[in-house]
Amino acid sequence: MPELYHQTIAQLSAALEAGSLTSVALMQAVIERTEAVEPQVKAFIHRDAEDALQQAHASDERRASGNSLGPLDGIPIGIKDILAVKGQPLRCASKMLDNFVSPYDATVIAQLKAAGAVLWGRLNMDEFAMGSSTENSAYMATANPWDLDRIPGGSSGGSAAAIAAGQAIATIGTDTGGSIRQPAALCGVVGMKPTYGLVSRYGLVAFASSLDQAGPMTRTVEDAALLLQTMLGKDPLDSTSIAMPKVPDFRAELKHRKGPWKLGVPREFFGDGIDPEVKANIEAAIEWYRAQGSEIVDISLPHAHLSVPVYYIVATAEASSNLARFDGVRYGHRSVAVEDALSLFTQSRGEGFGDEVKRRIILGTYVLSSGYYDAYYLRAQKVRTLIRRDFENAFETVDAILSPTSPTPAFKRGERSNDPLAMYLSDIYTIAVNLAGLPALSLPSGFTSNGLPIGLQVIGKAFGEADLFAVAQAYEQAHNFHLVTAEL
Amino acid sequence: MEYDVVIGLEIHVQLKTRTKMFTAAPYAYGADPNTLIDPVVLGLPGTLPVLNHAAVEACAKLGLLLACEIAEVCKWDRKNYFYPDSPKNYQLTQNEQPLCLGGQVEIELPGTSRNIQGEHRLVKLNRIHLEEDPGKLTHTAFDTTIDFNRAGVPLAEIVTEPDLHSSEEAVAFLNALIHLIHYAGVSDCDMEKGQLRCDANVSLKPAGSKTLGTRTEMKNLNSISNVRAAIEYEIARQTELLDAGESITQETRRWSAENGTSSSLRSKEEAHDYRYFPDPDLMPVRMDRARVAELQAALPERPYDKQRRYQETLDLPFTLTSVLCPDPKLCTFFEEALELHPAPKVIANYIANDLLRELSASAAHGESALSISDCPLTPAHIAELAKLIENGVITKQIAKEVFTTMYQSGNMPAVIVEKEGLQQSDNSDEIEALCREAIAGNAKAVAQFKEGNAKALNALKGPVMKATKGQANPATLDQILRSLIQSEA
Repeated sequence: MPELYHQTIAQLSAALEAGSLTSVALMQAVIERTEAVEPQVKAFIHRDAEDALQQAHASDERRASGNSLGPLDGIPIGIKDILAVKGQPLRCASKMLDNFVSPYDATVIAQLKAAGAVLWGRLNMDEFAMGSSTENSAYMATANPWDLDRIPGGSSGGSAAAIAAGQAIATIGTDTGGSIRQPAALCGVVGMKPTYGLVSRYGLVAFASSLDQAGPMTRTVEDAALLLQTMLGKDPLDSTSIAMPKVPDFRAELKHRKGPWKLGVPREFFGDGIDPEVKANIEAAIEWYRAQGSEIVDISLPHAHLSVPVYYIVATAEASSNLARFDGVRYGHRSVAVEDALSLFTQSRGEGFGDEVKRRIILGTYVLSSGYYDAYYLRAQKVRTLIRRDFENAFETVDAILSPTSPTPAFKRGERSNDPLAMYLSDIYTIAVNLAGLPALSLPSGFTSNGLPIGLQVIGKAFGEADLFAVAQAYEQAHNFHLVTAEL
Repeated sequence: MEYDVVIGLEIHVQLKTRTKMFTAAPYAYGADPNTLIDPVVLGLPGTLPVLNHAAVEACAKLGLLLACEIAEVCKWDRKNYFYPDSPKNYQLTQNEQPLCLGGQVEIELPGTSRNIQGEHRLVKLNRIHLEEDPGKLTHTAFDTTIDFNRAGVPLAEIVTEPDLHSSEEAVAFLNALIHLIHYAGVSDCDMEKGQLRCDANVSLKPAGSKTLGTRTEMKNLNSISNVRAAIEYEIARQTELLDAGESITQETRRWSAENGTSSSLRSKEEAHDYRYFPDPDLMPVRMDRARVAELQAALPERPYDKQRRYQETLDLPFTLTSVLCPDPKLCTFFEEALELHPAPKVIANYIANDLLRELSASAAHGESALSISDCPLTPAHIAELAKLIENGVITKQIAKEVFTTMYQSGNMPAVIVEKEGLQQSDNSDEIEALCREAIAGNAKAVAQFKEGNAKALNALKGPVMKATKGQANPATLDQILRSLIQSEA
């Protein structure tokens, strides 16, 4: 058996249920591991061991009195620093919110608490989820546990690295253009972005409202299914949340959905810019599915190549408005020595936001400006519809779509820091999925010759999470890449 | 040079809902600062708006009463601008697809005197849309404070076409609009409490010209007299500039009620680029046609329709309808009394004169005037009083006394008449004896009457009425006096 901190939710909850493990012992193991590797990994912006142990203790008491809240009860789950937890700092890895403590719980957090999960720490990220390397955090750069000189991906880099390093059993990330899946791929873990609307956004600090979704980051597909089960549902506090017509038991469904499937492969996702080792790895994975009896269908997503430009119009437009509330008036960073309301706004924002956030606010403000709106924002929305239709057409013939998650494995820290465009291309295979509102998952599919994880992306139909998990788990169980751990 | 004045108004009305536009936080005027707030009102990170359907319904109701078309689908846009009273630094509003389209308001222009009805005409509306109120800033000598209680209160913004042509028309429009809003029951329209606020767009063009002149927008008009004064000031200012051969600058101006002048707030070049775009947090609202039809069917009669009906079928004079019709509660009171006893003029008179006088007398004692809903009298009181007069049980003079007693005690008029013995007297012997005394005591009046001065008879009636405490039947008294004087001759 692996060390406690490298085990899965499924394994640990079985041990907790059997009485061979206590939540406090598990939490202590995770805390000790975290303290040992955190100086190298730097996954946490904030953590409170005492508070986590208290939650674990409460869980043990529930279990002892026969009131266990289910498979998540007593499991340490790390939270990306973008989801509101009552009484905890909510910084979004920004200086702007350095002193901000949330007075309320995000709906997702309330759901996790109701399931007995032990909320463990605030995980590092790119500031306001804007970035693909976690280098845009105002606090520190998180390292990739597989190679400490490399980035863990982003924006949920802390959430991915913490699992890979054994600092949390599972984590919650958020995904606007690939922010769960890309770091999951680069850190060798499972990362899942649900269908838009499946998980409430209430308490998720908005970057791009029409794209943001929170989702599970785990070691295995089964764990992702377990976590998603507690996170979904129509929320009266989020008008864009949707009730799934019939919520399946994802974990139970895994046993019933064994394929074979019709799997689409978009030829546009294997062209220029893809690393040859990544390409070979994903093609081998596709061949494995074919060998298992699945039908591989070449599909075309003719507008997918427009995803990056469309994304950087839609997402920045929404961000420019969403981030307007950070003005130093009611909360957050307030500049000293201001003279009037205008200087209060400009100085507080000028000091509080980092470069990438400013870059996107300026871009978003520009594309919404009078005289440019039709040419940029409106046109981008039209292309977004075309991208969504591309997927709808493809899903008329296939059950799921396979592609690389990221065109390259983890790159060196600083390598793309001064080249925003190169950084934006990190998400070239993930962004279209957000624009179409579809569910997708990245799972470990092997390693490069120098030992860096590679991720396979499986894209599902809207609300087709059950099939998505099944397709992914088939590969996972045949290859067991999730059992290989980073050496630290 | 002669100019045509063109005015358009934008009126913000706070809708009287229990909770705010996009959250369950309650709203009430006058609460301690920053007590009616929650994470959504303050725009805390991660919070989302959720639509208050009661506000949509209230606005649709108002729209129907104002003859608007109710949109099939309305949706929400963000209006982006930085201001300290705006918690999110954008306002949720309806730019592209408002809830109510078009519409019209019937107005009544002032007559040649207060008692003469003026001309009526229809003023076209452009739209009514819903939005959220910002917080309230208070500037002190050293600081500015913000109260977010008001933030998120539902506002209906009523936009007219440039269809008004004088300050009088603008005032007539506002009065008519306020009456309609009261009829819809969706706001109290108290301008002092900021429940209704008005911006005015004013432009001038050479008389008869088809082309509109450059307009200015006047902000901060928080009373009807301010609206009148600001528009008149602006007309005079623009006339002076145009007469001097100068041009009008398109700008937003701020009216100062203290100084009675306006000053430039910002020019067209400095105007905000609001960067409107569809709000991604709220779903568009599809208006259920069956519900719209229900609201339409349940609409009250409009004030000027009521006025026409009262004047044409009940034969009430303008002096009475002009008092009753603006207030839906007075009308309901009137109509309920009328159901009990069909004497429109008498009943309307008691409500418009006696009852309102008593109600406003409470204001004279330093309290705010009572509204009809706080009135100690019911329609049954007035109806019964009218019936007692019509059936000759009491005289009109006695009725005044009965009214005062019943207003103070709340007792029914028949009970008061019975208890205090106020019935009209038909006792001709008693009246005749008193008449003889009166004739004997005022030879001068008798002589005048004989000379043909009919009014002189009143001087003889007075002492008799006084002696009978007003209970003498006036007809009997008149008849006896005449026959006694004639028999003397």
